[in-house]
Amino acid sequence: MKAVNEIRIQIPALSVNEGSCRALVGAFCAQADPNLEELADIKCSVSEAVTNCIVHAYGGRGGMIYITVGLYEDRQIRIEIRDRGCGIADVAAAMQPLFTTDRSGERSGMGFSVMENFMSRLSVSSTVGRGTRVVMWKKLS
Amino acid sequence: MEKTTEEPICAAFSDGSLTVRVVGEVDHHSAGVLREKLDRQLYLYHPREFILSLSGVSFMDSSGLGLILGRLAVCRHFGCTMRLCDADERMLRIFRLAGMERISGLTVDGLSKERRDRQ
Repeated sequence: MKAVNEIRIQIPALSVNEGSCRALVGAFCAQADPNLEELADIKCSVSEAVTNCIVHAYGGRGGMIYITVGLYEDRQIRIEIRDRGCGIADVAAAMQPLFTTDRSGERSGMGFSVMENFMSRLSVSSTVGRGTRVVMWKKLS
Repeated sequence: MEKTTEEPICAAFSDGSLTVRVVGEVDHHSAGVLREKLDRQLYLYHPREFILSLSGVSFMDSSGLGLILGRLAVCRHFGCTMRLCDADERMLRIFRLAGMERISGLTVDGLSKERRDRQ
């Protein structure tokens, strides 16, 4: 399946860019005419995935985040968010609600759960030492 | 009533109850500053009840949830209860996902704790 339209974003893994990422993706998706609820679902899910790159993949030390957004026929949107960070040893465990490696008590461990619930489909693949790729699909009404 | 205004939060303390209204977007980037500002208020007033109003929040992801749970831990340290109010339907969805209606010492307006308690 080939995207009807596509945008690629390469952006440094800085927390200040979290807002930019969701705004950029949201602006591009707007041409598919999502309703407000769907647009908010997309922006929140992008924010979750990007935050994971910044906090976990790169451990706050910076790096690059690669985002590809594709608009497909049948009102489907594909969002891929990729990093070249530390990777996740056990993806299934990381995707469990409330799972977090954080010890400060300030992280909820709900990032993947939010993505799973707000988007139509979610897949996560990761190689330790190589990075993580999150692919989310949203089927618009 | 004593009032302090300090963007991006607005706080009021009265009769043992500290009410703070958060304004703007709550994500991992803004959570650090908000944490500092909220904790400053909590340590300053040592309230019996901490009310967090989310009416001014235009965006929140699970980092906001982490911020709330972190403040709940601070509240427990003081023996203080925490209440969330003015959460929109989107925030409530995230709160439900995390099972926040089951957390002791925390009340979330709009979540069905009352119904469960009656059963």
